[in-house]
Amino acid sequence: MPELKYMLFLGCVIPYRIGSYEISARKVLEKLGVELVEMPEFNCCGLPLDPVSHDLMLSLAARNLCLAEQQNLNIITLCPGCAGTLRKVNKTLQEDKKLKEKVNEYLKEIGMEFKGTIKVSHLIQALAGDVGFEKIKETVKRPLNQLKVAEHNGCHVLRPAKYIGFDDPDNPVILKNLIELTGAECLDYMDETECCGAPIVGVNDQIPLQLTREKLDHIKAVGAQALITVCPFCHMMFDINQPRIERTFNEVFGVPVLHYPQLLGLAMGFSPEELALKQLRVDASKILKYI
Amino acid sequence: MAETEKKPETETSKETTIKSNEIDPHFKYEISKIPGAEKIKLCFQCGTCTADCPIARFSETYRPRKLMRMTQLGLKERLLSSDVIWLCAACFTCVDHCPQDVEIAGVLRALRNLAVQEGFIPRVFKELGGNVAKTGLAYSIPELRLRKREEQGLPPLPKADLESINKLFKVTGFSKLLEREKE
Repeated sequence: MPELKYMLFLGCVIPYRIGSYEISARKVLEKLGVELVEMPEFNCCGLPLDPVSHDLMLSLAARNLCLAEQQNLNIITLCPGCAGTLRKVNKTLQEDKKLKEKVNEYLKEIGMEFKGTIKVSHLIQALAGDVGFEKIKETVKRPLNQLKVAEHNGCHVLRPAKYIGFDDPDNPVILKNLIELTGAECLDYMDETECCGAPIVGVNDQIPLQLTREKLDHIKAVGAQALITVCPFCHMMFDINQPRIERTFNEVFGVPVLHYPQLLGLAMGFSPEELALKQLRVDASKILKYI
Repeated sequence: MAETEKKPETETSKETTIKSNEIDPHFKYEISKIPGAEKIKLCFQCGTCTADCPIARFSETYRPRKLMRMTQLGLKERLLSSDVIWLCAACFTCVDHCPQDVEIAGVLRALRNLAVQEGFIPRVFKELGGNVAKTGLAYSIPELRLRKREEQGLPPLPKADLESINKLFKVTGFSKLLEREKE
């Protein structure tokens, strides 16, 4: 079994707005015997600046990879954007010698060199790949058998398939399986793998609101009592923006949006307070009666 | 959903007439040298990208198939000065589904990078770039949040090595682009 020790790459969105995700993830990972090593320092993964400078994105991402290489630790992230970027850059630089040379020229300026010796995983990639379903199942002390939920993966956990290489992007089942380990039922709904639109909020906020509204509509239509996410950006769209969506479209959804580690944590027996359920914008207390 | 069904917009007539002097025949070769855009010439206009694009369903203007054709034709000026190229959400559905293995989202990113070099950069990216240069992170995290981390028992957020980050901004040429003032 692989050693369950990672360097935690926190990224920007989680410390900026989504503390409940970090709090609950740290709790459940500790319970699963996963050791998290804090990064001595780090910078933005690079993804937000890819549209303006691909070379800058590559070098920012590679710098983070170098920081983990220096301690010979694999990276775990809670954010699919960070995971997707670091994973893709890691793979590309490992395979493309010319590009690696170019990026290493940039890194030379700051006394670093990309070697390509570590692995990058998103939380659910690590849970499914390294921790394993058996171990997770053993920690479930309070199965959530009464609960019916839906999931939203977040694009960068799955796509582009040729760089990420995890699950089937057109019919993803791993997050569903992880959810079902808690005893909750995970319902299928229309256009499940579709994007929430969050990345273009700064350029056009109307399209993302429409996309998220439509997803909430599909989720509600199948009778899900909550939505489970594994992305801080998607979470912002579904949870923080849900009241705005309700006002904009004059509709009521009231769908609580939990981070996967909050759901798993409840099944492990942690209290809602320990998992920072109160920090969610949409009141999640109504699902507690099913627990 | 068909593009021809859209109501005429003010831009439409201008858009549908292509003058030969607008075409840069070298553009497709130029862009195909950029990582991610290598396969642009292979696009055969099947429209899978537009059909599968979540943004296209809600946008009157964003049509990845059309942007791929415009790139092949070499309508460089039009593309680089257009707001439309900034609407891709990078969900990569098109990349996974393209039968010709064209990384549509990669071509879009290459177009954006070229647009930035021409001085077209949406304000939000100036802000994000500025934040990374000043704090190491894409968002400037208020003191209050940093203190709250400690109250909640979370480890303190480390200070980023700004000297190194700014060196990377400089050597990749992005500092220069960020300083330019043109919308």
